[in-house]
Amino acid sequence: MSSLWEYANPLKFMRTTDWLLPIVAVAAVVVTTTGLIWGFFFTPDDFRQGSTVKIVFLHVPAALMAINAWLMMLVASLVWLIRRHHVSALAARAAAPVGAVMTVIGLITGAVWGQPMWGTWWAWDPRLTSFLILFLFYLGYIAMWSAIDDPDTGADLTAVLCLVGSVFAVLSRYAANFWNQGLHQGASLSVAPGTRMDWAYKAPLYTCMVGFGLIFLALVLTGTRTEIRARRMKALAARERMA
Amino acid sequence: MIALLIRDMRLAFRAGGGFGLGLAFFLILAVLVPLGVGPERGTLALIAPGILWVGALLACLLSLDRIFALDYEDGSLDLLATAPVPLEGVVSIKALAHWLTTGVPLVLVSPVLGLLLNLPVPAYGWLLLSLTLGTPALSVIGTFGAALTVGLKRGGLLLSLLVLPLYIPTLVFGAEVVSRGAQGLAVGTPLALLAGITAGAVALLPFASAHVIRINLR
Repeated sequence: MSSLWEYANPLKFMRTTDWLLPIVAVAAVVVTTTGLIWGFFFTPDDFRQGSTVKIVFLHVPAALMAINAWLMMLVASLVWLIRRHHVSALAARAAAPVGAVMTVIGLITGAVWGQPMWGTWWAWDPRLTSFLILFLFYLGYIAMWSAIDDPDTGADLTAVLCLVGSVFAVLSRYAANFWNQGLHQGASLSVAPGTRMDWAYKAPLYTCMVGFGLIFLALVLTGTRTEIRARRMKALAARERMA
Repeated sequence: MIALLIRDMRLAFRAGGGFGLGLAFFLILAVLVPLGVGPERGTLALIAPGILWVGALLACLLSLDRIFALDYEDGSLDLLATAPVPLEGVVSIKALAHWLTTGVPLVLVSPVLGLLLNLPVPAYGWLLLSLTLGTPALSVIGTFGAALTVGLKRGGLLLSLLVLPLYIPTLVFGAEVVSRGAQGLAVGTPLALLAGITAGAVALLPFASAHVIRINLR
Protein backbone atom coordinates (compact mmCIF):
# COMPACT_ATOMS: atom_id res chain seq x y z
CA MET A 1 0.00 0.00 0.00
CA SER A 2 1.54 3.26 -0.98
CA SER A 3 0.19 6.42 0.55
CA LEU A 4 1.02 10.08 0.65
CA TRP A 5 2.47 9.74 4.14
CA GLU A 6 5.38 7.70 2.81
CA TYR A 7 6.88 10.94 1.58
CA ALA A 8 7.03 12.14 5.17
CA ASN A 9 10.07 9.89 5.43
CA PRO A 10 12.98 12.24 4.61
CA LEU A 11 14.91 9.48 2.83
CA LYS A 12 11.97 8.60 0.59
CA PHE A 13 11.30 12.31 0.05
CA MET A 14 14.91 12.93 -1.01
CA ARG A 15 14.94 9.90 -3.34
CA THR A 16 11.73 10.93 -5.05
CA THR A 17 12.62 14.58 -5.39
CA ASP A 18 16.04 13.59 -6.75
CA TRP A 19 14.43 12.81 -10.08
CA LEU A 20 11.26 14.86 -9.66
CA LEU A 21 12.87 18.23 -8.97
CA PRO A 22 14.78 18.58 -12.29
CA ILE A 23 11.61 17.72 -14.21
CA VAL A 24 9.53 20.24 -12.28
CA ALA A 25 12.21 22.92 -12.60
CA VAL A 26 12.57 22.49 -16.38
CA ALA A 27 8.80 22.35 -16.80
CA ALA A 28 8.46 25.53 -14.71
CA VAL A 29 10.92 27.43 -16.88
CA VAL A 30 9.43 26.17 -20.16
CA VAL A 31 5.79 26.75 -19.22
CA THR A 32 6.35 30.18 -17.68
CA THR A 33 8.53 31.38 -20.57
CA THR A 34 5.97 30.12 -23.08
CA GLY A 35 3.11 31.72 -21.20
CA LEU A 36 4.84 35.06 -20.78
CA ILE A 37 6.08 35.28 -24.38
CA TRP A 38 2.66 34.23 -25.63
CA GLY A 39 0.99 36.75 -23.37
CA PHE A 40 3.34 39.64 -24.05
CA PHE A 41 3.86 39.34 -27.82
CA PHE A 42 1.03 37.28 -29.29
CA THR A 43 -2.09 38.76 -27.74
CA PRO A 44 -3.94 41.80 -29.07
CA ASP A 45 -3.92 45.07 -27.14
CA ASP A 46 -7.03 45.83 -25.13
CA PHE A 47 -9.22 48.45 -26.77
CA ARG A 48 -9.26 50.62 -23.65
CA GLN A 49 -6.19 49.67 -21.64
CA GLY A 50 -3.78 49.30 -24.59
CA SER A 51 -0.72 47.19 -23.94
CA THR A 52 -0.75 47.79 -20.16
CA VAL A 53 -3.31 44.99 -19.90
CA LYS A 54 -0.49 42.50 -20.47
CA ILE A 55 0.88 42.95 -16.98
CA VAL A 56 -2.01 40.71 -15.96
CA PHE A 57 0.13 37.74 -17.02
CA LEU A 58 2.50 38.50 -14.15
CA HIS A 59 0.09 40.06 -11.69
CA VAL A 60 -2.66 37.47 -11.47
CA PRO A 61 -0.43 34.35 -11.23
CA ALA A 62 1.77 36.05 -8.60
CA ALA A 63 -1.25 37.08 -6.53
CA LEU A 64 -2.71 33.59 -6.88
CA MET A 65 0.49 31.97 -5.62
CA ALA A 66 0.88 34.52 -2.82
CA ILE A 67 -2.41 33.41 -1.32
CA ASN A 68 -1.99 29.72 -2.07
CA ALA A 69 1.49 29.68 -0.58
CA TRP A 70 -0.01 30.76 2.74
CA LEU A 71 -2.71 28.12 2.34
CA MET A 72 -0.05 25.49 1.73
CA MET A 73 1.84 26.67 4.83
CA LEU A 74 -1.38 26.37 6.81
CA VAL A 75 -1.92 22.78 5.67
CA ALA A 76 1.74 21.88 6.26
CA SER A 77 1.60 23.42 9.75
CA LEU A 78 -1.49 21.38 10.57
CA VAL A 79 0.22 18.22 9.33
CA TRP A 80 3.23 19.01 11.52
CA LEU A 81 1.10 19.71 14.60
CA ILE A 82 -1.01 16.60 14.16
CA ARG A 83 1.33 13.99 12.72
CA ARG A 84 4.80 15.38 13.57
CA HIS A 85 6.32 14.87 10.13
CA HIS A 86 9.48 16.91 9.91
CA VAL A 87 9.41 17.25 6.13
CA SER A 88 6.09 19.03 6.45
CA ALA A 89 7.45 21.64 8.86
CA LEU A 90 10.46 22.19 6.62
CA ALA A 91 8.24 22.59 3.57
CA ALA A 92 6.19 25.25 5.39
CA ARG A 93 9.40 27.04 6.24
CA ALA A 94 10.63 26.84 2.64
CA ALA A 95 7.34 28.15 1.26
CA ALA A 96 7.29 31.37 3.31
CA PRO A 97 9.99 33.37 1.48
CA VAL A 98 8.59 32.28 -1.89
CA GLY A 99 5.13 33.43 -0.84
CA ALA A 100 6.51 36.73 0.42
CA VAL A 101 8.29 37.37 -2.89
CA MET A 102 5.10 36.51 -4.82
CA THR A 103 3.23 39.03 -2.67
CA VAL A 104 5.81 41.70 -3.49
CA ILE A 105 5.59 40.86 -7.22
CA GLY A 106 1.82 41.18 -7.02
CA LEU A 107 2.05 44.53 -5.25
CA ILE A 108 4.72 45.98 -7.58
CA THR A 109 3.07 44.87 -10.83
CA GLY A 110 -0.20 46.21 -9.47
CA ALA A 111 1.42 49.58 -8.76
CA VAL A 112 3.03 49.71 -12.21
CA TRP A 113 -0.33 48.96 -13.81
CA GLY A 114 -2.27 51.26 -11.50
CA GLN A 115 -0.16 54.32 -12.29
CA PRO A 116 -1.38 54.77 -15.90
CA MET A 117 -4.82 53.19 -15.33
CA TRP A 118 -5.98 54.59 -12.00
CA GLY A 119 -3.57 57.52 -12.02
CA THR A 120 -1.97 56.44 -8.76
CA TRP A 121 0.71 54.00 -7.62
CA TRP A 122 -1.12 53.07 -4.49
CA ALA A 123 -4.64 53.39 -3.14
CA TRP A 124 -5.97 52.18 0.20
CA ASP A 125 -8.28 49.79 -1.52
CA PRO A 126 -9.37 46.65 0.40
CA ARG A 127 -7.61 44.25 -1.96
CA LEU A 128 -4.39 46.22 -1.98
CA THR A 129 -4.51 46.76 1.75
CA SER A 130 -5.13 43.13 2.57
CA PHE A 131 -2.25 42.14 0.30
CA LEU A 132 0.05 44.47 2.16
CA ILE A 133 -1.20 42.95 5.42
CA LEU A 134 -0.55 39.47 4.03
CA PHE A 135 3.01 40.60 3.35
CA LEU A 136 3.34 41.69 7.01
CA PHE A 137 2.14 38.26 8.12
CA TYR A 138 4.79 36.64 5.92
CA LEU A 139 7.46 38.89 7.43
CA GLY A 140 6.42 37.97 10.97
CA TYR A 141 6.39 34.27 10.13
CA ILE A 142 9.86 34.38 8.54
CA ALA A 143 11.25 36.46 11.42
CA MET A 144 9.85 33.97 13.92
CA TRP A 145 11.59 31.08 12.16
CA SER A 146 14.92 32.86 12.00
CA ALA A 147 14.79 33.94 15.66
CA ILE A 148 14.70 30.42 17.12
CA ASP A 149 17.71 28.11 17.25
CA ASP A 150 16.08 24.81 18.19
CA PRO A 151 14.41 23.49 15.01
CA ASP A 152 11.57 21.58 16.71
CA THR A 153 10.60 24.48 18.96
CA GLY A 154 10.74 26.76 15.95
CA ALA A 155 8.52 24.44 13.94
CA ASP A 156 5.97 24.22 16.75
CA LEU A 157 5.84 27.95 17.44
CA THR A 158 5.61 28.97 13.78
CA ALA A 159 2.93 26.36 13.16
CA VAL A 160 0.75 27.86 15.90
CA LEU A 161 1.56 31.34 14.62
CA CYS A 162 0.48 30.26 11.13
CA LEU A 163 -2.86 28.93 12.41
CA VAL A 164 -3.65 32.02 14.48
CA GLY A 165 -2.31 34.27 11.74
CA SER A 166 -4.60 32.67 9.16
CA VAL A 167 -7.67 33.48 11.23
CA PHE A 168 -6.55 37.07 11.68
CA ALA A 169 -5.54 37.40 8.02
CA VAL A 170 -9.08 36.45 7.00
CA LEU A 171 -10.50 38.83 9.60
CA SER A 172 -8.27 41.61 8.27
CA ARG A 173 -9.49 40.92 4.75
CA TYR A 174 -13.09 41.49 5.79
CA ALA A 175 -12.15 44.40 8.04
CA ALA A 176 -10.46 46.05 5.05
CA ASN A 177 -13.55 45.40 2.96
CA PHE A 178 -15.65 47.06 5.58
CA TRP A 179 -13.28 49.97 6.02
CA ASN A 180 -13.09 51.27 2.48
CA GLN A 181 -14.96 50.71 -0.74
CA GLY A 182 -12.80 49.28 -3.49
CA LEU A 183 -11.11 50.65 -6.56
CA HIS A 184 -9.83 47.25 -7.64
CA GLN A 185 -11.91 45.36 -10.21
CA GLY A 186 -13.52 42.05 -9.31
CA ALA A 187 -11.92 38.68 -9.90
CA SER A 188 -10.23 38.46 -13.30
CA LEU A 189 -11.31 34.87 -13.77
CA SER A 190 -14.54 33.35 -12.72
CA VAL A 191 -16.38 30.11 -13.25
CA ALA A 192 -19.66 31.97 -13.33
CA PRO A 193 -21.31 32.31 -16.75
CA GLY A 194 -20.73 35.54 -18.63
CA THR A 195 -17.02 35.77 -17.82
CA ARG A 196 -15.64 38.89 -19.34
CA MET A 197 -12.22 37.75 -20.42
CA ASP A 198 -11.65 36.53 -23.95
CA TRP A 199 -9.91 33.21 -24.65
CA ALA A 200 -7.14 35.10 -26.44
CA TYR A 201 -6.12 36.33 -22.97
CA LYS A 202 -7.34 33.43 -20.91
CA ALA A 203 -5.23 30.73 -22.57
CA PRO A 204 -1.85 32.43 -21.96
CA LEU A 205 -3.02 33.49 -18.51
CA TYR A 206 -3.79 29.89 -17.54
CA THR A 207 -0.40 28.89 -18.93
CA CYS A 208 1.29 31.50 -16.74
CA MET A 209 -0.67 30.35 -13.70
CA VAL A 210 0.45 26.78 -14.22
CA GLY A 211 4.00 28.04 -14.76
CA PHE A 212 3.99 30.04 -11.53
CA GLY A 213 2.61 27.03 -9.69
CA LEU A 214 5.48 24.92 -11.03
CA ILE A 215 8.01 27.61 -10.07
CA PHE A 216 6.58 27.65 -6.56
CA LEU A 217 6.75 23.85 -6.36
CA ALA A 218 10.34 23.78 -7.64
CA LEU A 219 11.49 26.46 -5.18
CA VAL A 220 9.75 24.83 -2.22
CA LEU A 221 11.22 21.44 -3.09
CA THR A 222 14.69 22.99 -3.39
CA GLY A 223 14.26 24.81 -0.09
CA THR A 224 13.04 21.68 1.68
CA ARG A 225 15.92 19.62 0.31
CA THR A 226 18.41 22.25 1.42
CA GLU A 227 16.90 22.21 4.92
CA ILE A 228 17.03 18.41 5.10
CA ARG A 229 20.68 18.45 4.03
CA ALA A 230 21.47 21.17 6.59
CA ARG A 231 19.85 19.05 9.30
CA ARG A 232 21.87 16.00 8.23
CA MET A 233 25.07 18.00 8.38
CA LYS A 234 24.20 19.21 11.86
CA ALA A 235 23.46 15.67 12.97
CA LEU A 236 26.74 14.43 11.50
CA ALA A 237 28.68 17.23 13.21
CA ALA A 238 26.99 16.40 16.51
CA ARG A 239 27.93 12.72 16.06
CA GLU A 240 31.56 13.71 15.36
CA ARG A 241 31.66 15.70 18.57
CA MET A 242 30.23 12.82 20.56
CA ALA A 243 32.77 10.34 19.20
CA MET B 1 -5.93 32.41 40.47
CA ILE B 2 -7.09 35.47 42.34
CA ALA B 3 -3.84 35.41 44.28
CA LEU B 4 -1.98 35.40 40.97
CA LEU B 5 -4.05 38.32 39.73
CA ILE B 6 -3.29 40.33 42.86
CA ARG B 7 0.39 39.45 42.67
CA ASP B 8 0.66 40.49 39.03
CA MET B 9 -1.13 43.76 39.65
CA ARG B 10 1.08 44.56 42.63
CA LEU B 11 4.17 43.87 40.57
CA ALA B 12 2.87 46.16 37.85
CA PHE B 13 1.93 49.04 40.16
CA ARG B 14 5.01 49.09 42.33
CA ALA B 15 8.45 50.40 41.46
CA GLY B 16 9.99 49.06 38.28
CA GLY B 17 6.67 47.77 37.03
CA GLY B 18 6.48 50.39 34.31
CA PHE B 19 2.86 51.10 35.12
CA GLY B 20 2.91 54.78 34.13
CA LEU B 21 5.05 54.26 31.04
CA GLY B 22 2.21 53.28 28.74
CA LEU B 23 0.11 56.24 29.85
CA ALA B 24 3.01 58.66 29.44
CA PHE B 25 3.61 57.27 25.97
CA PHE B 26 -0.06 57.74 25.08
CA LEU B 27 0.11 61.36 26.28
CA ILE B 28 3.31 62.10 24.37
CA LEU B 29 1.82 60.68 21.19
CA ALA B 30 -1.24 62.91 21.57
CA VAL B 31 1.08 65.91 21.97
CA LEU B 32 3.38 64.99 19.10
CA VAL B 33 0.67 64.51 16.50
CA PRO B 34 -0.64 68.13 16.55
CA LEU B 35 2.97 69.33 16.54
CA GLY B 36 3.55 67.23 13.45
CA VAL B 37 0.41 67.92 11.45
CA GLY B 38 -0.23 71.49 12.59
CA PRO B 39 -2.82 73.03 14.93
CA GLU B 40 -5.63 73.23 12.34
CA ARG B 41 -8.73 72.23 14.38
CA GLY B 42 -10.67 70.70 11.51
CA THR B 43 -7.81 68.41 10.50
CA LEU B 44 -7.27 67.32 14.08
CA ALA B 45 -10.96 66.54 14.56
CA LEU B 46 -10.81 64.42 11.41
CA ILE B 47 -7.82 62.30 12.43
CA ALA B 48 -8.41 62.23 16.21
CA PRO B 49 -10.30 58.87 16.30
CA GLY B 50 -7.56 57.10 14.38
CA ILE B 51 -4.74 58.70 16.36
CA LEU B 52 -6.35 57.83 19.69
CA TRP B 53 -6.84 54.21 18.65
CA VAL B 54 -3.33 53.84 17.21
CA GLY B 55 -1.93 55.47 20.35
CA ALA B 56 -3.81 53.10 22.64
CA LEU B 57 -2.61 50.16 20.57
CA LEU B 58 1.05 51.22 20.69
CA ALA B 59 0.87 52.02 24.41
CA CYS B 60 -0.52 48.52 24.94
CA LEU B 61 2.35 47.06 22.91
CA LEU B 62 4.96 48.71 25.15
CA SER B 63 4.15 46.66 28.23
CA LEU B 64 3.54 43.31 26.51
CA ASP B 65 7.01 41.82 26.95
CA ARG B 66 6.68 42.27 30.72
CA ILE B 67 3.78 39.81 30.89
CA PHE B 68 5.96 36.69 30.87
CA ALA B 69 9.60 37.81 30.59
CA LEU B 70 10.29 38.37 34.31
CA ASP B 71 8.45 35.22 35.37
CA TYR B 72 10.39 33.28 32.77
CA GLU B 73 13.74 34.61 33.98
CA ASP B 74 13.26 33.87 37.68
CA GLY B 75 11.62 30.51 37.06
CA SER B 76 8.17 31.27 38.45
CA LEU B 77 6.66 30.53 35.03
CA ASP B 78 7.84 26.91 35.40
CA LEU B 79 6.14 26.76 38.78
CA LEU B 80 2.95 28.22 37.36
CA ALA B 81 3.05 25.68 34.53
CA THR B 82 3.33 22.78 36.97
CA ALA B 83 0.79 24.23 39.43
CA PRO B 84 -2.63 22.58 39.78
CA VAL B 85 -4.21 25.60 38.10
CA PRO B 86 -4.61 24.97 34.34
CA LEU B 87 -2.11 26.94 32.29
CA GLU B 88 -4.94 28.30 30.14
CA GLY B 89 -6.35 29.90 33.29
CA VAL B 90 -2.95 31.34 34.22
CA VAL B 91 -2.65 32.87 30.77
CA SER B 92 -6.13 34.38 30.96
CA ILE B 93 -5.36 35.85 34.38
CA LYS B 94 -2.12 37.31 33.06
CA ALA B 95 -4.04 38.90 30.20
CA LEU B 96 -6.64 40.22 32.65
CA ALA B 97 -3.91 41.72 34.84
CA HIS B 98 -2.37 43.35 31.78
CA TRP B 99 -5.73 44.77 30.78
CA LEU B 100 -6.43 46.12 34.27
CA THR B 101 -3.03 47.79 34.49
CA THR B 102 -2.76 49.02 30.89
CA GLY B 103 -6.11 48.91 29.11
CA VAL B 104 -8.31 50.42 31.81
CA PRO B 105 -6.02 53.42 32.52
CA LEU B 106 -5.82 54.06 28.76
CA VAL B 107 -9.61 54.06 28.54
CA LEU B 108 -9.85 56.47 31.47
CA VAL B 109 -7.38 59.04 30.13
CA SER B 110 -8.56 58.84 26.51
CA PRO B 111 -11.27 61.55 26.86
CA VAL B 112 -8.63 64.02 28.11
CA LEU B 113 -6.45 63.27 25.12
CA GLY B 114 -9.53 63.52 22.91
CA LEU B 115 -9.84 67.07 24.20
CA LEU B 116 -6.26 67.79 23.17
CA LEU B 117 -6.97 66.45 19.68
CA ASN B 118 -10.26 68.35 19.33
CA LEU B 119 -12.38 65.21 19.09
CA PRO B 120 -15.99 66.13 18.16
CA VAL B 121 -18.33 66.09 21.18
CA PRO B 122 -20.68 63.23 20.14
CA ALA B 123 -17.70 60.90 19.74
CA TYR B 124 -16.59 60.84 23.40
CA GLY B 125 -19.07 58.21 24.49
CA TRP B 126 -18.22 56.01 21.52
CA LEU B 127 -14.50 56.47 22.19
CA LEU B 128 -14.92 55.22 25.76
CA LEU B 129 -17.19 52.38 24.73
CA SER B 130 -15.05 51.21 21.80
CA LEU B 131 -11.84 51.30 23.85
CA THR B 132 -13.54 49.43 26.70
CA LEU B 133 -14.71 46.76 24.28
CA GLY B 134 -11.53 46.65 22.22
CA THR B 135 -8.65 46.82 24.70
CA PRO B 136 -9.34 43.34 26.18
CA ALA B 137 -8.73 41.95 22.69
CA LEU B 138 -5.45 43.89 22.53
CA SER B 139 -4.35 42.40 25.85
CA VAL B 140 -5.31 38.82 24.93
CA ILE B 141 -3.71 38.97 21.48
CA GLY B 142 -0.65 40.60 23.04
CA THR B 143 -0.43 37.82 25.62
CA PHE B 144 -0.31 35.33 22.76
CA GLY B 145 2.54 37.30 21.17
CA ALA B 146 4.38 37.51 24.49
CA ALA B 147 3.95 33.76 24.96
CA LEU B 148 5.42 33.12 21.49
CA THR B 149 8.54 35.19 22.15
CA VAL B 150 9.09 34.40 25.82
CA GLY B 151 12.18 32.25 25.34
CA LEU B 152 13.97 34.62 23.00
CA LYS B 153 16.87 36.90 23.85
CA ARG B 154 15.84 39.82 21.67
CA GLY B 155 12.11 39.15 21.68
CA GLY B 156 10.91 42.75 21.94
CA LEU B 157 11.23 43.81 18.32
CA LEU B 158 10.00 40.47 17.02
CA LEU B 159 7.04 40.76 19.38
CA SER B 160 5.88 43.99 17.75
CA LEU B 161 6.36 42.54 14.26
CA LEU B 162 4.21 39.54 15.23
CA VAL B 163 1.52 41.32 17.21
CA LEU B 164 0.85 44.45 15.14
CA PRO B 165 -0.59 42.59 12.11
CA LEU B 166 -2.84 40.67 14.51
CA TYR B 167 -4.12 44.00 15.87
CA ILE B 168 -5.37 45.18 12.48
CA PRO B 169 -9.01 44.00 12.66
CA THR B 170 -9.46 45.38 16.19
CA LEU B 171 -7.98 48.71 15.13
CA VAL B 172 -10.11 48.98 12.00
CA PHE B 173 -13.41 48.34 13.77
CA GLY B 174 -12.50 50.35 16.88
CA ALA B 175 -11.47 53.45 14.97
CA GLU B 176 -14.47 53.04 12.69
CA VAL B 177 -16.85 53.18 15.68
CA VAL B 178 -15.32 56.45 16.87
CA SER B 179 -15.17 58.17 13.49
CA ARG B 180 -18.73 57.15 12.65
CA GLY B 181 -19.80 58.36 16.08
CA ALA B 182 -18.03 61.66 15.41
CA GLN B 183 -20.06 62.13 12.21
CA GLY B 184 -23.28 61.12 13.93
CA LEU B 185 -23.74 57.96 11.84
CA ALA B 186 -25.02 54.60 13.03
CA VAL B 187 -22.28 52.63 14.80
CA GLY B 188 -24.07 49.33 15.43
CA THR B 189 -22.24 47.22 12.84
CA PRO B 190 -18.62 48.05 13.71
CA LEU B 191 -19.45 47.95 17.40
CA ALA B 192 -20.90 44.45 17.10
CA LEU B 193 -17.92 43.28 15.04
CA LEU B 194 -15.48 44.77 17.55
CA ALA B 195 -17.27 43.02 20.40
CA GLY B 196 -17.26 39.82 18.36
CA ILE B 197 -13.49 39.96 17.86
CA THR B 198 -12.95 40.57 21.56
CA ALA B 199 -15.27 37.74 22.57
CA GLY B 200 -13.65 35.34 20.13
CA ALA B 201 -10.11 36.30 21.15
CA VAL B 202 -10.86 36.05 24.87
CA ALA B 203 -12.50 32.65 24.40
CA LEU B 204 -10.00 30.98 22.08
CA LEU B 205 -6.57 32.60 22.21
CA PRO B 206 -5.67 31.53 25.79
CA PHE B 207 -5.58 27.92 24.53
CA ALA B 208 -3.08 28.87 21.82
CA SER B 209 -1.04 30.93 24.32
CA ALA B 210 -0.93 28.09 26.85
CA HIS B 211 0.10 25.61 24.14
CA VAL B 212 2.89 27.94 23.03
CA ILE B 213 4.15 28.40 26.60
CA ARG B 214 4.30 24.64 27.06
CA ILE B 215 6.43 24.44 23.90
CA ASN B 216 8.70 27.23 25.11
CA LEU B 217 9.19 25.61 28.52
CA ARG B 218 10.12 22.20 27.07
